[in-house]
Amino acid sequence: MSEPSAVLTGLNPPQETLTPEIRAKRKSKDFKRNNLVGYLFVSPWLIGFFLFAFIPIAISLYLAFTNYHLLRGGEWVGLANFERMFTSDIRYGRSILATFKYVILAVPLRLVFALAVALLLNTKRRGVYWFRAAYYIPSVIGGSVAVAVMWRQLFGGDGRVSEGVINTFIGVLGFERINWFGNPDTAIWTLILLAIWQFGSPMLIFLAGLRQIPSELYEAASIDGAHGWQKFWGVTLPLLTPIIFFNFIMQMIAGFRVFTQAFVITGGNPLDSTLFYALYLYRRAFNDFQMGYASAMAWVLLLIIGFFTAISFRLSKYWVFYETKEG
Amino acid sequence: MEQTLDFSAYKRHQRRAALSRSIFYYVGVIILAIVMLYPVAWLVASSLKPAEEIWGNVTSLIPGALHFENYAEGWQGFGGITFQIFFGNSFLHAGVGTLFTVVSSAIVAYGFGRVKFRGSKIWFSIMLMTLMLPAQILMIPQYIIFNELGWVNTFLPLLIPRLGGDVFFIFMIVQFIRGIPIELDEAAMIDGCSKTGIFHRIILPQIVPALVTAAIFSFYWTWEDFLGPLVYLQNPEMYTVALALRAYTDVGSINNWGAVFAMLTLSLVPVILIFVFFQRYLVEGIATTGLKG
Repeated sequence: MSEPSAVLTGLNPPQETLTPEIRAKRKSKDFKRNNLVGYLFVSPWLIGFFLFAFIPIAISLYLAFTNYHLLRGGEWVGLANFERMFTSDIRYGRSILATFKYVILAVPLRLVFALAVALLLNTKRRGVYWFRAAYYIPSVIGGSVAVAVMWRQLFGGDGRVSEGVINTFIGVLGFERINWFGNPDTAIWTLILLAIWQFGSPMLIFLAGLRQIPSELYEAASIDGAHGWQKFWGVTLPLLTPIIFFNFIMQMIAGFRVFTQAFVITGGNPLDSTLFYALYLYRRAFNDFQMGYASAMAWVLLLIIGFFTAISFRLSKYWVFYETKEG
Repeated sequence: MEQTLDFSAYKRHQRRAALSRSIFYYVGVIILAIVMLYPVAWLVASSLKPAEEIWGNVTSLIPGALHFENYAEGWQGFGGITFQIFFGNSFLHAGVGTLFTVVSSAIVAYGFGRVKFRGSKIWFSIMLMTLMLPAQILMIPQYIIFNELGWVNTFLPLLIPRLGGDVFFIFMIVQFIRGIPIELDEAAMIDGCSKTGIFHRIILPQIVPALVTAAIFSFYWTWEDFLGPLVYLQNPEMYTVALALRAYTDVGSINNWGAVFAMLTLSLVPVILIFVFFQRYLVEGIATTGLKG
């Protein structure tokens, strides 16, 4: 802090004129004033946190050990909800399976596309700006119900197997038309393809990362005789690993929570092959009103996400390259 | 002499190679752009096609005749409720929700970013930790509470919690505020400005770009929000556009898909407009903070 302002604001009064007592008093008075002002400013969040997060978290934790039903109430059942999840609820097992299948396929594919397109757009060629915008549009509108309904029609939903756009193209190419929503193996692919189509946000983050790689490194690599692919493996990819890691974590968490698309496009069908975790939880809570059971499911979801995030961080030290920062 | 000739030939060869690489590049990115935008173009085209053409000539992007009647028909909605009501509800939800979110986030961000108070670091880390919570954990107890309060079937559960600000935006604005030179605050303090005065005289004008970014994201996330309205709005007259579209396409027997596609297209217009006018903010918001799109 610069000298004149410190004197004028009384934060650090000249020491020789003040006894320690007065100084302590002034300091505490000043502190108090700042405390009050500080808490006033953050009070909207603080109040919101207590009412809409802290209290609900406590209630949710309690509900997880009850068989609370929205209309009938409920009582303490101990670990029965968790037991039911892992031993007798077949649909729960299916929903875990569907969710993992989605995360394992959709997240890496989306990231690979995002990175490939970011590399493609990381150039000073003319018009790149417009292509970046064009590739990002699907992600802007992608979370909407409108796009989900559109997607369903593209793949021939509502019994239009032979009339859907995708199947028409498949037919033109001479392949057998696919009953996308009638087969457990293909239904989930409509959702994975939708996720890939929306690679826009990770692409933008990759692009920002690529722009930050110092050009001297490429020049140095060139002097050492490195070619295009060698530069990619030797310079681009290692320096991009922190961003790959960030994107991976964000996309994985989002993948575990996916809801709207499955709700609108497949409704969890057929044979629960797309009954994603969030969708099944919603059904248990708001269709069956089994809110105790659904709360237990929500906590297991938190544990699953936490577990895989922790594992990812553990493994990250083997492949994520962090530049040592000097001051 | 001979050497210079060779050199110019080499240069010509280089230029030709660059040109063919360029053509190759642009053909590639254009094809990718067509693949990416085809579904959207197909939706818009279908919204203008006559009913028999939508599935009859399904892949074409050029309607045989511009059938704007689809929009008039779709606008009539269902169950006697027009899309005017649904769009009104959505604008209320997204507009008021965004206003609440941005104003509160700015105020809270100033508290965390510029005011030193006891416990600020702890509260700040608790706040960031709440980002990790899945919405599913809060959703059920919140519903029970709002149900007890008699707020179900009103917009209150969707709007009131937003008065606490949004953690992601608070964090983003705090980062932004920390980039503003502290000397500005000090100069204002010398002139007798209080902390509150500094907030609205010094900080607020400086953080406008961050607030615009927050407002854009907040608006379009709220506009597209489905789970919140799905849980709390049960009366069709309260439906937002997202809920209405779901209900509209769920009835099974749709006579005119053109009308459905017209309403799907219309529901995307506000988001597309925001994208067109504020692209820079959107792109920078994602690139610098990792906000999900």
